[in-house]
Amino acid sequence: MPLHLSSHDRRLLCGDAGDGTRLAMRLVVEAAEIAGAPRLIDIGSAHVGSCYSAGATGLDFARRLADSGTRVAVPTTLNVAAADLLHCTPLGRGNPGFAEIRELVDLYLGMGCEETLTCAPYHLPGRPGLGDQVAWYESNAVVFANSVLGARTELYGEFIDVCAAVTGRVPDTGLHRTENRRAEVLFDVRDLPPALLAEDVLWHLLGHVVGRRTGPRVPVIDGVPAATGEDRRRALGAAASASGSVALFHVVGTTPEAPSVDAACGGREPAETVVIGLRELAEARDALSTLRDGVLDAVCIGTPHFSLREFERLGQMLAGEKVHQNVRFHVGTSRFVLAEIEARGWRDALESAGVELLVDTCSYFPPAPPGSSGAVMTNSAKWAYYAPGGLGSRVAFGSLAECVRSAVAGRVVRDERLWSDR
Amino acid sequence: MSRSLPAKTVVDGAARGTVLVLGEPLSFWGGVDPATGVIVDRHHPQAGASMAGTVLVLPGTRGSAGGSGTLAECLRLGTGPVAILLPSADRSVVIGVLVADELYGRPVPVLVVPGDAHASFLAGEVVTIAAGGRITRS
Repeated sequence: MPLHLSSHDRRLLCGDAGDGTRLAMRLVVEAAEIAGAPRLIDIGSAHVGSCYSAGATGLDFARRLADSGTRVAVPTTLNVAAADLLHCTPLGRGNPGFAEIRELVDLYLGMGCEETLTCAPYHLPGRPGLGDQVAWYESNAVVFANSVLGARTELYGEFIDVCAAVTGRVPDTGLHRTENRRAEVLFDVRDLPPALLAEDVLWHLLGHVVGRRTGPRVPVIDGVPAATGEDRRRALGAAASASGSVALFHVVGTTPEAPSVDAACGGREPAETVVIGLRELAEARDALSTLRDGVLDAVCIGTPHFSLREFERLGQMLAGEKVHQNVRFHVGTSRFVLAEIEARGWRDALESAGVELLVDTCSYFPPAPPGSSGAVMTNSAKWAYYAPGGLGSRVAFGSLAECVRSAVAGRVVRDERLWSDR
Repeated sequence: MSRSLPAKTVVDGAARGTVLVLGEPLSFWGGVDPATGVIVDRHHPQAGASMAGTVLVLPGTRGSAGGSGTLAECLRLGTGPVAILLPSADRSVVIGVLVADELYGRPVPVLVVPGDAHASFLAGEVVTIAAGGRITRS
């Protein structure tokens, strides 16, 4: 079916709204033709990652749009930058490339984007809801929007994310369409021990396993206790999108499009059923750990950016404790959540305990935060997946409680009770 | 002896170069060093090979955003391929190529060559692509 463009689309394509918008519409149309989409549809908001770019091309693209006065057409948040723009640290204003990093962000602010600089835009007020069409960048944000919120987005990469924001239009294809959101693989986790089902670490590991096993299909997970916290579903999605290419998952009784297995599968039988037991999760834990034990240089958590609730738990775990003098304890978060923890008076307590807060950026991109290219513990399956290649780190993957106990002890401490059958 | 192959033009242009066949999909972001065009993803079967100046026979892209930005940066620096042959159209590749052409006037043809023909390319053979999409192997 040929691509049908509205008269508004055609006006933008002719340059009626300026040269930058013409270029953006040309690229959106190209993306629609590649996908074989029949039409373009409106989006309600966008989340743009082109504000992170190591090269001159990213800067030149933004300048090209800004020079013709291009503005975004919908509310648009920004993903992480290549530096912490708030703090005078080596990862902040001390970064040798800081002027260009700042210029790139400023160009997008000038187009009307909001200075959010977070990979967790779903922590911000005004997030999309069930059925809302959006265009988001960043795999963990995309999988969260689709799965936890029930909003509809494809994974939009560099340049095309901005083009969607500027035109307010995306191809009507992929996960924007109901028929592509049905689950095809059923993951049955009913055999897992209850103690492990109650732990946050389960969700990271389950995500890693699901990502590996589901391929390009949409998974549905059955057998998890209902009413589990949002941070857990987020951990599942972040891990699954790192280890596979999962952009949408369903959890029966929990996520909005999965009141039942039948509903999640759109009334059809799942093409495949996979039973996940303790053995698969223990294997995933070991696959994510290149470091078994010994002295630690750093703990890196907050990838994706730490939530307010996660800070609350971290504060409780660190109460009366102090991070070992040889360990750097990095927590990545957004400036929005940072303001929330400051308003609650938690920042001072965390920093007194030895926690270092990193905002606006990410701890597995170079430049590496101090200690993070050595022996590192994390509770993030995504960090564990990327850092050995990106930073040369040796990684011990564990629960948040294991990370905190290890940071205090200065060496890897494991809670083996979690991994027993009962 | 030379022979032609059926192909669908996604981005038109002419090029001639030596084939580099990739055995697996590539994430340009994090997988290629833009300064040299060398594949640096240690897990990739062609790690260490340079795509600079090659006709890149690419099975597809992977990774969280595919890497349109890194591909465009390689083309700006002259460390990218002179043509890209795919088994199916890939948005990350096409957007990266179009942005580099728009900003720097570096047209690089992108063609879709169906499955069997895509799998028939051999590393090191010389291929000519004419505007309009005709591929000649010599």
